[in-house]
Amino acid sequence: MYFSHILKSKKIALSLVLGVFLTFCTCKTFAIQHEEGHNEAAKTETEKEFNPSEVILEHIADSHMWHLWGHTSVALPVILYTDKGLETFSADKFEHGHADHAGKYYTYRLVKDKVHIVAENDTLLSAATVLKLNKKLIDLSITRNVVSMWMSMILLLIIFLSVSAAYKKREGKAPKGLQSFMEPIIMFVRDDIARPNIGYKYQRFMPLLLTIFFFIWINNLIGLVPFFPGGANLTGNIAVTFVLAFITLIIVNVNGNKYYWKHIFAPDVPVWLYPIMWPVELVGIISKPFALMIRLFANITAGHIIVLSLISLIFVFKSAYVSVVSVPFVVFMDVLELLVAALQAFIFTLLTALFIGTAIEEHHH
Amino acid sequence: MELVTPEIGLVFWTTVSFLILFFLLAKFAWKPIMGAIDDRERSIEDALLKAAAAKDEMARLTNENESLLKDARAERDLILLEARKLKDHIVSEAKEAAQKEGARQIELARIEINNQKNIAMADVKNQVSALSIEIAEKILRKQFEDQGKQDALVADLLKEVKL
Repeated sequence: MYFSHILKSKKIALSLVLGVFLTFCTCKTFAIQHEEGHNEAAKTETEKEFNPSEVILEHIADSHMWHLWGHTSVALPVILYTDKGLETFSADKFEHGHADHAGKYYTYRLVKDKVHIVAENDTLLSAATVLKLNKKLIDLSITRNVVSMWMSMILLLIIFLSVSAAYKKREGKAPKGLQSFMEPIIMFVRDDIARPNIGYKYQRFMPLLLTIFFFIWINNLIGLVPFFPGGANLTGNIAVTFVLAFITLIIVNVNGNKYYWKHIFAPDVPVWLYPIMWPVELVGIISKPFALMIRLFANITAGHIIVLSLISLIFVFKSAYVSVVSVPFVVFMDVLELLVAALQAFIFTLLTALFIGTAIEEHHH
Repeated sequence: MELVTPEIGLVFWTTVSFLILFFLLAKFAWKPIMGAIDDRERSIEDALLKAAAAKDEMARLTNENESLLKDARAERDLILLEARKLKDHIVSEAKEAAQKEGARQIELARIEINNQKNIAMADVKNQVSALSIEIAEKILRKQFEDQGKQDALVADLLKEVKL
């Protein structure tokens, strides 16, 4: 692979930075723990303890509200599919989780940004039925991630429809403007991802590979923006990477030719080994896209967690001077994430192309 | 654990949205873009091939021109040689003809001179004869001044005429 040196250098750089940072971090933590013991008695009840893991998870997870700045946030629509029917209302009704909302069919409560059915105000519901109902409740809300995804899609459509229009208008001429910026990337996907991995049939899979590549890349980049229109962690959400990986799984297996299936169900081993081979091969089918799902999710989430942890240090130490250390690290991580954003889009697309390539490969014995 | 549990709502919306995005982009963006890029690549390749062909053609034409030039030069030399031969031939022929003509002219002149000479001689003879006759006439006239002598002569002459 032509890009192995990038991967290698990235790993080295990352481990170096983390190594340096962690040594520094452990010393500080010891110091703070020591201090805390002394000050615990002095703490007042009103002062709420800062819990970094809670804050970080809250930022990484999906939400029914979109926090803009200060105390301003946009309430997003809640759509619930219950056993009695569809229920739609604004997330405003929960008042940031402080109030229950009595809907058409049940009463709902926001617990850790998740909608639950509660028994309150309705004596007919027992605790057991509530538990059973909660299992049936399907939350189809337009959450922060969904809105963020739609915005990224509109952006993608604007970019590529205008590029496409430019190709129509400037037929046969050299590219210009946005078109000339996008063309090398499209050519990169074609010449360095699709062609070497899929072979001469690459053209059929170009739309999928391009869509996956640009969808992941642009959402990775939007995810890096800490405020509106960023702020969502779309590609670091397992549901999104699951869908992308699932699409890869479907495409690969739908296009698999007889050699692919022969390799799985009738490999060149003694027949008595087949019962062992089948489960192994079936696991292989699932594990490839599963690795795709985990890789993208983990890379993006890890980046966000590191950045948020570094920022949290300021609040953990309750000192603005910590920013002298953490801000340069955050800047460094952001720059690294910029690279990771493109790299993960590239790797996801590359592996998808590779899997398709192995599924449609023709063997000439 | 919450972090690694896919939420059904987001799965649903992502699937629906991604598929719509895919079909929109595939139909309205990727197809025309890839088509245009492929077309342009093909046209560039064609142009390069054509340029190479044109170069070959050019080389061929240059070779042809050179050989043509060589041929032309050889032909020119040949023509010049022939012309020179022809010239020599013509000159020699002309010389010969001129000589012949000169000889003829000289001959004609000689004949003419002879003729003129003869004419002049004849003229001189005539004049001499006329003068002689005139002299004779004058002498005779002198002799036959009196009628008697004339009659005597006629009579003599008549006597001589025998019928």
